[in-house]
Amino acid sequence: MPDTILVVVEQREGKLNRVSWETLTAGQAIAAETGWTLEAAVVGGSVATLASEVATKKVAKVHAVESPRLEPYTPDAFVAALKQFLSSKKAKLVLMPHTYQVRDFVPKLATAMDRTVISDCIGYKKEGDKLVFTRQMFQGKLAADVSFACDVPWFVTFQSGAFRGDKVEAAAAVAPVETVKVEIAENVVRNKPHEVFKEAKQAVDLTQAEIIVSVGRGIKEQKNIELAKQLAEALGGELAASRPICDSGWLPMDRQIGSSGQTVAPKLYLALGISGAIQHIVGMKGARTIIAINKDAEAPIFEIADYAVVGNLFDIVPPLIEEVKKAKVGS
Amino acid sequence: MKILVCMKQVPQKDAPLKLNESSAWIREDVSYEVNEPDAYALEEALRQKEKHSGEVVVITAGPARSRQVLREALAKGADRAIHLEDPGFVGLDAVNTARAFAAAIKDEKFDLIFTGLQSDDYGYAQTGVILAELLGWPHATIIMQIEKSDSGIRVKRELEAGYFQFVDMPLPAVLTIQSGINKLRYATLIGIKQAKNKPQRKVPLAEVQPALGSNMQKIERLYIPQKTKNTEFLEGSPGEVAKKLAEKLRNEVRVL
Ligand SMILES: Cc1cc2nc3c(=O)[nH]c(=O)nc-3n(C[C@@H](O)[C@H](O)[C@H](O)COP(=O)(O)OP(=O)(O)OC[C@H]3O[C@@H](n4cnc5c(N)ncnc54)[C@H](O)[C@@H]3O)c2cc1C
Ligand SMILES: Cc1cc2nc3c(=O)[nH]c(=O)nc-3n(C[C@H](O)[C@H](O)[C@H](O)COP(=O)(O)OP(=O)(O)OC[C@H]3O[C@@H](n4cnc5c(N)ncnc54)[C@H](O)[C@@H]3O)c2cc1C
Repeated sequence: MPDTILVVVEQREGKLNRVSWETLTAGQAIAAETGWTLEAAVVGGSVATLASEVATKKVAKVHAVESPRLEPYTPDAFVAALKQFLSSKKAKLVLMPHTYQVRDFVPKLATAMDRTVISDCIGYKKEGDKLVFTRQMFQGKLAADVSFACDVPWFVTFQSGAFRGDKVEAAAAVAPVETVKVEIAENVVRNKPHEVFKEAKQAVDLTQAEIIVSVGRGIKEQKNIELAKQLAEALGGELAASRPICDSGWLPMDRQIGSSGQTVAPKLYLALGISGAIQHIVGMKGARTIIAINKDAEAPIFEIADYAVVGNLFDIVPPLIEEVKKAKVGS
Repeated sequence: MKILVCMKQVPQKDAPLKLNESSAWIREDVSYEVNEPDAYALEEALRQKEKHSGEVVVITAGPARSRQVLREALAKGADRAIHLEDPGFVGLDAVNTARAFAAAIKDEKFDLIFTGLQSDDYGYAQTGVILAELLGWPHATIIMQIEKSDSGIRVKRELEAGYFQFVDMPLPAVLTIQSGINKLRYATLIGIKQAKNKPQRKVPLAEVQPALGSNMQKIERLYIPQKTKNTEFLEGSPGEVAKKLAEKLRNEVRVL
């Protein structure tokens, strides 16, 4: 019997998280290369509908792992459910998206099974019989290929954006869905979660902005934000920032771009003194043109920039404001 | 409340990194600093102690250089420090790192353990959650607020895209702390002086070795990532670069 790859998709309140498709694409690619069988699992209170949605993709089987205690999400219940399920479903490789929810429970699951997780991977390579997983290190400055040195199941999580969700292959025939009822005793679940909520309504909607000038910690001091503001005004754009700038209160939270802020896709994203950590990049990589000014030639932001300037932003931005103003007058 | 804070020493953010001989890690001759979220974790522990009294203990695993992290924490107000001191500690994977911590604190009774939500170097985002499982404690991750309640604590978890969630949980518990949960304090001169007399316990590798297993994963190689995008680097004096940028903005990006 061939080995099994199991993709655990993510659902929240009855909706599939879109990154689930990316992880399925990864699973399909690894299955094609290894000849292993690909199956999927949906975990929750009542997930039959979601399971049949997943079953329209190219997978051999979909498991609907259910218990009323899985709603709302808690790490205790998810670990109990998946540990039970994985004791009967022998998988070689278990893949999940590296979401906030997965990073909340998967290290616990692996530890409870005396296994390990290679987390936040951006790809994989098959080298002979060996599978290695690529992950970013040092905030994206270096990459590492990591392999397992333990028994299966091997747990791997993939970073959001690592695979193309829209490339997930559809099934020739809908895959069978199997319901798995798991038993979770009442006292297993220790945390009591409340409703999910959004902080005060956002005053600015950056998703509609055509031009965004974004500042990072390279701006050094709060008073220097003014410089970026002048550039934004000259360009007729909006001001945005990386997380540390908002954490320090230099700009309000609703101007934060990234995984815990807004996701934008402007015509132009001009990054001033931003290093380009993945949590920032996921929020702006959809920009049509990215210009980055950074004094460190090795800053990861340059990996995704269309135009790059290695230099001190305090030297470059003032003449740039003048040039922009001149061009505006001229046009 | 008695709180343990795990604080890791990591290469400074803008330190130039060079691969070591085996290409499995970087060369050690860089400057180091405290892992950013760990500094917030310490600050939060100090604030909880100021509110509810108790004790703040800091722990790190790493070679002699990492003592600096403990020194700074003691100067900011931590009461004592535990140093798992050996160059070997950094070669442990997250599971073994957590096992080492669990072994080193087996005779202590903490109400809370704080870790950062992830390290700035290896970035596994796992050590705190693993430690909770080893201890049999509940945990919550990416925490932005902590309040004491009648039955334990109420924490605010950060979720994706600006969403949050409150969670009630019993003590003892492990929390992984997100940067920005509070405003950091600076060490005072008096603090720095007092730090010298605060208790520091050294734990050699041999003391926790029986609790460790072999690493379950292996770093095959480290390398500089391949660029996938065609980036055009604009060069020249600031004035020239500004002109070139404006030209791109007009003719290529078409926003002027
Ligand atoms: C096979 C392998 C080889 C490695 N070799 C090296 C090496 O040669 N040199 C090297 O420097 N690293 C090496 N590492 C990295 C290793 O030491 C990791 O740091 C460790 O596995 C913890 O994972 P992390 O840093 O990703 O922690 P995360 O899980 O991201 O950290 C979360 C939090 O846990 C706490 N924490 C984690 N580690 C420590 C610590 N040591 N002290 C105090 N608090 C801590 C902090 O609060 C931190 O914010 C290696 C890792 C592996 C898997
Ligand atoms: C769960 C989680 C969620 C997160 N969510 C987000 C998020 O939504 N958004 C976000 O942005 N981050 C987020 N982060 C934080 C992220 O990991 C980075 O820490 C952050 O993006 C770094 O911000 P930065 O680039 O401004 O700062 P740094 O990484 O410190 O970079 C500053 C840059 O400025 C450059 N610089 C310094 N001086 C100058 C100068 N004079 N001229 C030009 N360049 C200069 C430096 O070379 C450096 O590259 C999150 C992290 C986690 C773990």
